[in-house]
Amino acid sequence: MKGVNKLFSEELRVLNFGLESFSATLSGAGVKNTQVDWKPPLGVNPEVFDIFAEHKAEIDAANEIALGKIVSAQPVLCGMGKALDLVPGMKRNLILHSGPPVTWDRMCGPTRGGIMAALMYEGMASTPEEAEKLAASGQIEYAPCHEHDSVGPMAGIVSASMPVFVVRNEEHGNTAYCTMNEGLGKVLRYGAYSEEVIARLKWMETDLYPVLEKAIAKLGKIDLKNMIAQALHMGDEVHNRNRAGTSLFFRAVAPAVMRTCADQEKAAKCLEFINGNDHFFLNLSMPASKASLDAARNVEKSSIVVCMARNGTDFGVQLSGTGGEWFTGPAPVVDALFFPGFTKDDANPDIGDSAITETGGLGGFAIAASPAIVKFVGGQAADALNYTMQMYEITTGESKAYQIPQLDFRGTPTAIDVRKVAEKSIFPFIDTGVAHKKAGVGQVGAGVVSAPSEPFRKAAEGLARRLSDVK
Amino acid sequence: MITKGIIKKGEYFDSVSLMNTAKELGKLKGVADCAVVMGTKENRSILQNSGLLLPEFDKSGDADLLIAVKAQDEAAVSAALEKLNSLLGRKKPAASAGAAPRPRSLDAAVEGLPGANLALISVAGRYAGALAMSALRKGLHVMLFSDNISLEQEIKLKQFGRGNGLLVMGPDCGTAIINGVPLAFANVVKRGTIGMVAAAGTGLQEVTCIVSNEGGGVSQAIGTGGRDIKKDVGGIMFLEGLKALIADKETKTILLVSKPPYPEVMKKISAQAAKTDKPVVAVFLGGDKAVAQKAGLAAASDLKEAALLALHADAYAGKKSAKAVLSTAAKTVQARLLSDQKKLKSEAKKLSAKVGRGRKYVRGLFSGGTFCTETQLIMKDLLGEVYSNVPLSAELKLADSLKSVKNTVIDLGEDEFTVGRPHPMIDYALRCKRIIAEAQNKDVAVIALDVVLGYGSHGDPLSELLPAIEKARKGAGKGIVFVASVTGTDADPQSRGRVLEGLRAAGVAAYGFNADAAVVAGHIIRFLGGAK
Repeated sequence: MKGVNKLFSEELRVLNFGLESFSATLSGAGVKNTQVDWKPPLGVNPEVFDIFAEHKAEIDAANEIALGKIVSAQPVLCGMGKALDLVPGMKRNLILHSGPPVTWDRMCGPTRGGIMAALMYEGMASTPEEAEKLAASGQIEYAPCHEHDSVGPMAGIVSASMPVFVVRNEEHGNTAYCTMNEGLGKVLRYGAYSEEVIARLKWMETDLYPVLEKAIAKLGKIDLKNMIAQALHMGDEVHNRNRAGTSLFFRAVAPAVMRTCADQEKAAKCLEFINGNDHFFLNLSMPASKASLDAARNVEKSSIVVCMARNGTDFGVQLSGTGGEWFTGPAPVVDALFFPGFTKDDANPDIGDSAITETGGLGGFAIAASPAIVKFVGGQAADALNYTMQMYEITTGESKAYQIPQLDFRGTPTAIDVRKVAEKSIFPFIDTGVAHKKAGVGQVGAGVVSAPSEPFRKAAEGLARRLSDVK
Repeated sequence: MITKGIIKKGEYFDSVSLMNTAKELGKLKGVADCAVVMGTKENRSILQNSGLLLPEFDKSGDADLLIAVKAQDEAAVSAALEKLNSLLGRKKPAASAGAAPRPRSLDAAVEGLPGANLALISVAGRYAGALAMSALRKGLHVMLFSDNISLEQEIKLKQFGRGNGLLVMGPDCGTAIINGVPLAFANVVKRGTIGMVAAAGTGLQEVTCIVSNEGGGVSQAIGTGGRDIKKDVGGIMFLEGLKALIADKETKTILLVSKPPYPEVMKKISAQAAKTDKPVVAVFLGGDKAVAQKAGLAAASDLKEAALLALHADAYAGKKSAKAVLSTAAKTVQARLLSDQKKLKSEAKKLSAKVGRGRKYVRGLFSGGTFCTETQLIMKDLLGEVYSNVPLSAELKLADSLKSVKNTVIDLGEDEFTVGRPHPMIDYALRCKRIIAEAQNKDVAVIALDVVLGYGSHGDPLSELLPAIEKARKGAGKGIVFVASVTGTDADPQSRGRVLEGLRAAGVAAYGFNADAAVVAGHIIRFLGGAK
């Protein structure tokens, strides 16, 4: 029996979309049914779904390749160096920032402040006024970190003299770079440009960097994939909580620091600095994610998201199958818990490359692993689980290495499929810090935000365009 | 005894699950020893101590999973590795966190309800089409309650459904009963051997109820949405439904309900019906019976006749030829209808005596579109011109749907009345207001109503209608006769018997067939002098 007559021979089981009374009727009649909490799909042209359906087999195959690359990536911290020497395309008058491309006139407060701090740090300006003038003069070029194999949290500012971590993907041979994390409070990544900020950056360049560089050289390399996997088992999701990751890094690096740094006081200060900054590991989990995802770029026809990044003005998305094209929309304001004295009015729109962790199946996607921060998502462990469970609906596969103990060690949801996002209107869930909109005030809270719809709508349309062109 | 080692690169597992895995492997027959560990330095020394640090592990790193199996032969090793893959590769279910959230997508819903085979869709029309297509692509049959779906999209959905053996009931399909399960607006009817396809929602409710109330039963009741039998859609699902009923072992008799199909569609229906020896009864409301008869179908003029024909044919279906069965059934039904007509006419005469002086027109206020059409057809024969917002011919269209003219029958379920408001089968407010308003007119003799019961409809229609009727009578409406039909069964949540009783107790002439109510209302007007 087949077709309609097969249905006649089966037990009717109904999925109900819409009027709940229909579902209640069925339940009352003892009919197995599910009320679907359905939401309208993204406002994409319906043709887009037709094109996706037409090319389903090719897209699925491409996505398997992209997923395989992400999952098999082996990011290791293998060294440090100056941005100018290592970061591709880096030059003296170039400043990298987080998120998609943005011009000075559209930059948010923290990004502008960070750039001013970088100009003073580089000695190209001596006062904030001078820095601001220079920044707006056209003599300084700006580009997204992501377009230079790099990532940066918050403003994500990288200038030529800044030391960077070198994270190599041993499986696929690509590399990602990231500066060291400066800690909380008045720091450059939140747009602060006061003297103490510059002084700390200088200390990081002259003291912390050489000490860590030698220690890492002594160790040869540090397996970040393994470390992130362990951190997830210890309550981190490595975006908003990095306490375990930082501790693991500290354990790995401390003996080597002691062996390679003759100046005990200097060594102690460096270790103290790491120990005192719970987010030190963020600047390693980010390039580890970046190195893993970059391997999955440029798989033709793939609908996998390889980058989500915000610059405090726009939220940008890149797909594996659409090359370097950015799909953007306004960055949303994060739904946050604010530090005493601050409110939503102080919050800058979402900012930073740190959503690369979510793109790689960590951060908000792994929030079920991080009960310590469920306060951000409603307060109950079940809420965090539900957020992670929802992300499985928009991803292609699961990580083999990164697992969630609370889900019986299920792999984290990995490789966002823009088709699923568009069809289901379920948006990537990001848990993140919140910057004050004024340069230099610093972090004002932390919370969660669903990625905005516009970039994903445009990305779905962009991919569909390419698919119908290549025919 | 052989020892074999395998490296799984880049797969991280916590040590507890690995120990458990190793323990499970160790229990296998022929396995002497085994280790499943991450390749850290500490673990290597453990392997060394147990003699399981194999040369092939030399090239592995910290993040690699090392598996060593010592077993009596190759087969035991393979069995162990197979077990290992099943233990570690298992996709884990979600932990039993608090209340599981409702699925938010089709994918999740399909995953969460194994064996799901039908999607019932009533979301806004502009999304419903795409959702229906996704459901079809997942292999689900679809009932599309939503309307406002473009003709092109309907055609696409139905072509896809036909190509893949899937039902696409709708768009704008209000009623279906599949495998005895009432979907959307449907009644609790007995199961039986009469299968139905209908492009008319309340029409399908009426015939399923009549069949059930008169002692028969329904095998399947498939709705198609009203546009299916028109030129553009070309009867795709009407024909697929018919085919399925022909092939269905549980269906002995087939009943088709719709407005007159487009001629080409009619030809196809006829060709399809010719392929079965099951009796096929059809009611194409407003169509020429001769066309249907020429097409080899047993044609009925109204829903009552159609349902009774099917019911009587069904009693002998399969025992004699379809033709013989239908001809016997026709005789029985004609006799019944004649006697009913006589009774109804005499009731109409009595009722007409209660009508106040100078009153001469009927006002029909309907919630079911099919009932509105059927009433107009019956009244046309009795009274001639009947005005409507959905008239039988263009010149009878009301200039203003809010203002009745002479004999008028209104479909309150039309879009013009339902924007921003529930359907009149659910929300009686508009109809009650109209009842009271019509009663203000000194020339109104009869107010005719339909009361549709069943799932989806108002839970207690008497609580709405009776106060409105009372109010209408108290005012200017003294001397107006109320006539109503009740569509439903005693098993419906509202209970047909209770509703009929309640209406009659309130002095309403209530009938179990819409056709009967229309006949009575029409004859009352004729007795009052409003003849054709």
